[in-house]
Amino acid sequence: MPILDELRRRFGDAIVETADHRGELTAVVARDALPGVLAHCRDEAALAFDVLMDLTAVDYQKFPGREDGPRFEVVYHLYSIARNHRLRLKVRVDEDDPSVPTAVALWPIANWLEREVWDMFGVRFEGHPDPRRLLLYEEFVGHPLRKDYPINRRQPLIGPAT
Amino acid sequence: MGVGGFFTSKLDEAIGWARKYSIFQYPFVTACCGMEYMATACSHYDIDRFGAGLPRFSPRQADVLFVVGTISHKMAPVLKRIYDQMTEPKWVVAFGVCTCTGGFYDNYATVQGIDTIIPVDIYIPGCPPRPESVIDGLMKLQDKIAAQAQRY
Repeated sequence: MPILDELRRRFGDAIVETADHRGELTAVVARDALPGVLAHCRDEAALAFDVLMDLTAVDYQKFPGREDGPRFEVVYHLYSIARNHRLRLKVRVDEDDPSVPTAVALWPIANWLEREVWDMFGVRFEGHPDPRRLLLYEEFVGHPLRKDYPINRRQPLIGPAT
Repeated sequence: MGVGGFFTSKLDEAIGWARKYSIFQYPFVTACCGMEYMATACSHYDIDRFGAGLPRFSPRQADVLFVVGTISHKMAPVLKRIYDQMTEPKWVVAFGVCTCTGGFYDNYATVQGIDTIIPVDIYIPGCPPRPESVIDGLMKLQDKIAAQAQRY
């Protein structure tokens, strides 16, 4: 596909892996190159990805065949209204240093989406203007969508706000 | 029991009888159980027959707190505050399994039974409970109110 070819040509080794599954395009990007790739996707006239549809993460800790690799993958779903095409970008993140550069400057919606990923997976976003939990409360211990979070762990009850 | 004891016990009965037929509830509705609550409150099942037909949407005017639906950890402080705002005498009904025990939400977000936060008088199980169960629970609550010793 032209989009993936274009990305590979421009960013070279920073594009770790690409896939084209029935027209669904995926590119795995090296973490250091991520801000440049995202900015290019948004601003390049041929790509024009003006919408960040979703930003989420996957925990591969117990995934068959992926136990040894980087534990997390942060996933960006991009969509272009003008060109009506889509692209999925992934960044692999190690458990020891679970952080990714923020995309808030490119798409303001990334603010809340990144807060949700921090809340649920404990992946930090460097440069985020407001890195608080989004859905859970401040007293919550841990990140519940991590695969090693016990399903029936009880959290301390919180009292009325004073 | 002396003459005074006779009169206070009869007064207890009279107050209990009056209270059990003038239940003003506060419906704390958070989830799907609310549908069954509405069905119970409407004309087909008609809890007005039991004197419980007028929900008050201020906890300060209510006698019975109906906790209807799943309570998350984030909602728990709100529920506690609503309970604290109600004036004595007050009663609490746990409506549906989520409020009784957490139901099938055995996870990080859900309070495992509202009796971990506030005292509960009547538990109505069911997911959601049918209106007949609700009326059964309401009648049990009425018996409890009628039999309750009053504080003067």
